[in-house]
Amino acid sequence: MAVPPETAQQLGQGSGSAGQRKPVETRPQFVIRFAGDSGDGMQLAGMQFTAESALAGNDIATLPDFPAEIRAPAGTLAGVSGYQLNFSSQPVFTPGDEPSVLVAMNPAALKVNIDDLPPNGVLIVDKEGFTDANLKKAGYTSNPLTDHSLDKYQVFEIEVSKLTTSAVRELGLNTRAVNRCRNFFVLGLVSWLFQRPTKSVTDYIESRFKKTPDVMEANMRAFKAGYNYGETTEIFASAYEVKPAQIAPGFYRNITGNTATALGFVAAAVKSGRPLFLGSYPITPASDVLHDLSGFKNFPVYTFQAEDEIAGVASAIGAAFGGAIGITTTSGPGMNLKAEAIGLAVKVELPLVITDIQRAGPSTGMPTKPEQADLLMAMYGRHGESPIPIIAAATPADCFDCAFEAVRVAVKYMTPVILLTDGHLANGSEPWLVPEPEQLPEIKVAFRTDPNGFMPYLRDEETLSRPWAVPGTPGLEHRIGGLSSEHLTGNVSYSPSNNEMMVRLRARKIAGIAREIPATKVFGDEQGGDLLLVGWGSTYGTLREAVIRMRAKGKSVSHVHLRWLNPLPSDLGDILRRFKKVMVAEMNMGQLLKMIRADYLIDAVGCNKIQGRPFKVSEVESRVTRALEG
Amino acid sequence: MATALTRKDFISDQEVRWCPGCGDYAILAQVQKIMPELGVPRENTVFISGIGCSSRFPYYMNTYGFHTIHGRAPAIATGLKMTRPELDVWVVTGDGDGLSIGGNHLIHALRRNIDLKILLFNNKIYGLTKGQYSPTSEVGKVTKSTPAGSVDFPFNPITVALGAHSSFIARSIDVEQKHLQDTLKRAHAHRGASFVEILQNCNIFNDGAFNDVSDKAIKADHQLILEHGKPLIFGKNRDKGIRMNGMRPEVVQLGNGVTDKDLLVHDETNLPLAFMLANFEPPMPTPIGVFYATSRPTYDSAVNAQLEHAKKTQGPGELRSLLRRGDTWSVK
Repeated sequence: MAVPPETAQQLGQGSGSAGQRKPVETRPQFVIRFAGDSGDGMQLAGMQFTAESALAGNDIATLPDFPAEIRAPAGTLAGVSGYQLNFSSQPVFTPGDEPSVLVAMNPAALKVNIDDLPPNGVLIVDKEGFTDANLKKAGYTSNPLTDHSLDKYQVFEIEVSKLTTSAVRELGLNTRAVNRCRNFFVLGLVSWLFQRPTKSVTDYIESRFKKTPDVMEANMRAFKAGYNYGETTEIFASAYEVKPAQIAPGFYRNITGNTATALGFVAAAVKSGRPLFLGSYPITPASDVLHDLSGFKNFPVYTFQAEDEIAGVASAIGAAFGGAIGITTTSGPGMNLKAEAIGLAVKVELPLVITDIQRAGPSTGMPTKPEQADLLMAMYGRHGESPIPIIAAATPADCFDCAFEAVRVAVKYMTPVILLTDGHLANGSEPWLVPEPEQLPEIKVAFRTDPNGFMPYLRDEETLSRPWAVPGTPGLEHRIGGLSSEHLTGNVSYSPSNNEMMVRLRARKIAGIAREIPATKVFGDEQGGDLLLVGWGSTYGTLREAVIRMRAKGKSVSHVHLRWLNPLPSDLGDILRRFKKVMVAEMNMGQLLKMIRADYLIDAVGCNKIQGRPFKVSEVESRVTRALEG
Repeated sequence: MATALTRKDFISDQEVRWCPGCGDYAILAQVQKIMPELGVPRENTVFISGIGCSSRFPYYMNTYGFHTIHGRAPAIATGLKMTRPELDVWVVTGDGDGLSIGGNHLIHALRRNIDLKILLFNNKIYGLTKGQYSPTSEVGKVTKSTPAGSVDFPFNPITVALGAHSSFIARSIDVEQKHLQDTLKRAHAHRGASFVEILQNCNIFNDGAFNDVSDKAIKADHQLILEHGKPLIFGKNRDKGIRMNGMRPEVVQLGNGVTDKDLLVHDETNLPLAFMLANFEPPMPTPIGVFYATSRPTYDSAVNAQLEHAKKTQGPGELRSLLRRGDTWSVK
């Protein structure tokens, strides 16, 4: 395929092109990782390359990986920031185990990432970043570019700074400003290498730097210079092409898990006809949901940056008491702080959604790294008997559906609901087939208004939910509270039998949500087989890919991925018993495993990883293989 | 037209279960008494409390009520008031609930100036947990948890509120029926965070803690009633006053050439003056009344103004276009 028309038009002029196009080699798939110093703009380059790839029609999945330090010392290993993109002409389930192309802007970025690059992988380095000082900061005793340690890779050494400087020289920018354009030079270069359409990038540069025309011009020139450099110099023998994937027709948007979560909540609020209220305290990796929602005021969306995690959830409970869709967002440490208030919401039976965007713990742990170790806290991390529905998103786009579903269930059953995502989903992105609002389920909110026969705890016969009677409604004045209360009237009660009845009623109400859960889908041998791999949350893509690969090798391996973790689907026990072995894969020490063993008395085994990094497909494959042999 | 409400309309059907003789009864009675005069429909009135003796309050009000968790009432009330600004939201708290476990929420509600009426019942003791010292207990206080006397320096609720720049700060006393009613009415009329410390006697665990200002026989010599624009005069015979001696206030005897004109005149809008009065300790008299009242935008109105502005400038939220923002493309 030739260079896309708009690319040729924009970039062919004045480029000094030799006029002869280089050959283009077609490949099914690439995984590219951009790595550099935190200040090198690698996240931006990665995101823009993602946008180009989506527009090229590839199926994609991304994995940003950045340090917790906002500005770690330049050139150090701690300051390395990475962004990985898997783009393919085939269906994509994961951001890829390892990159086939690595872009390293300095020695530290090389050192942190080079072990992931397989032999013969493409390595693009900014040669000028390999100064003695930077080599020393990265802990190199000799220069890897000259000591033959990189001989097993296809190494392309580019003088990025020099080339960027000459591209923008006429603009008279200072060195610092010029250096900030280096990422666009590199982006231009890889855009050529993979024959990406470039309009999304040039549009981005124009809108992002609208207010600083010289910076806009510099970035534009750097980008085009990078693109033309690839085309005209001898360094690359050919470019690559990844053909569009077979993707269902429709309108797509590249979306991160956090944005999808925010939009799911807005959509649910719109569908319920109620305002959305988010009470939240900034915490990595959840803050983006607060940022996103604070921009949607006209829906209306209320966002309250509370004084602490407790006030975040407490304010959401207050808003729910008043009839709003009350939600709170946090990560593990914040969940602990919210626990008491969540117990109150359980007791007073008000709708509330608590989103835990899990990160590696305990304590501060690794805030920017994902983990799934909050499941048992979501299940049991409260005082007293306080069951809560738990729903977990499997992919970035699935965060939209799960957030929506969490609100729907919270309102229907008058209960807090916990939505579990994680740092991997939060910042990872994938194409999302944007739904039409009318396709989304209705969320029925019927406030009680009739004083005749009103009692605060008179339950719906089917759902066992109590009426939502909001202040401002004449004749329904009533009091609710954390003290044990009497069936129907809600008056304070210390009656032992009443207390047990209320505890059991609330538990039955939550267990009854199982009727909302669709039949569990078994990928593979529906009638049973050698091994069933069970997962939940962000491991979905990896587990599915591993099962696909193993089935291609003739292994009887199947996959069930749970969205509902409490209650568990009512057909799960039957399904589990159809398999000779059940393996539960999760990024913790075996939390769902414990639940499954306890609930179904099945001798399931675990596949676990607690490294703040997602499973690799190869890791899961080898664990499953061992289990099959064992 | 609906018939006018009376005090009885605000009494719930629940039996009041404070200890006999508790100061909370008097406060409940005064609140129920002023309610009909406020002109707010019963259904638009909400009482929110935390945990502690005082926090049982909402159960006894025939309005909407929410007995929440320890210290968090201001945060819960904030979420309600932001989204339902038309409601009249009262917070009932105590010295432990509001100044210890919930201190953070209290100061932030006050600094934001959210339109809540916050009543802090200060009895300088933990009553519900049966008698431990509280963050307002005096140094040396012997309690169940401080057998050798407390070494914990106390908070002064009024200076805490002043430090948080609450826009309305007052103090009253459980047994001062008229003064309490007037103070509550003023607090209600104020737009913004109204903070009222109510000195309240716990006759079980800290009986007589405020005797000097509540005992009819001696209170006149210890109470300094603050009235805006009026000289600071007190005493059984109204013959004592507060005068500035350089930078320091002092008590002076009126007469012998000392007149009203020599005395400090109360000004509710003067923040430094309010700080000075709030720090009066014996032998200075204890001020009651409004220390400070100022007008500044309320948090709930500012938040809702932003929402209205967004709606006006961007139009009402439209879901379809919201979902279709960002990096998008069509697959045919």
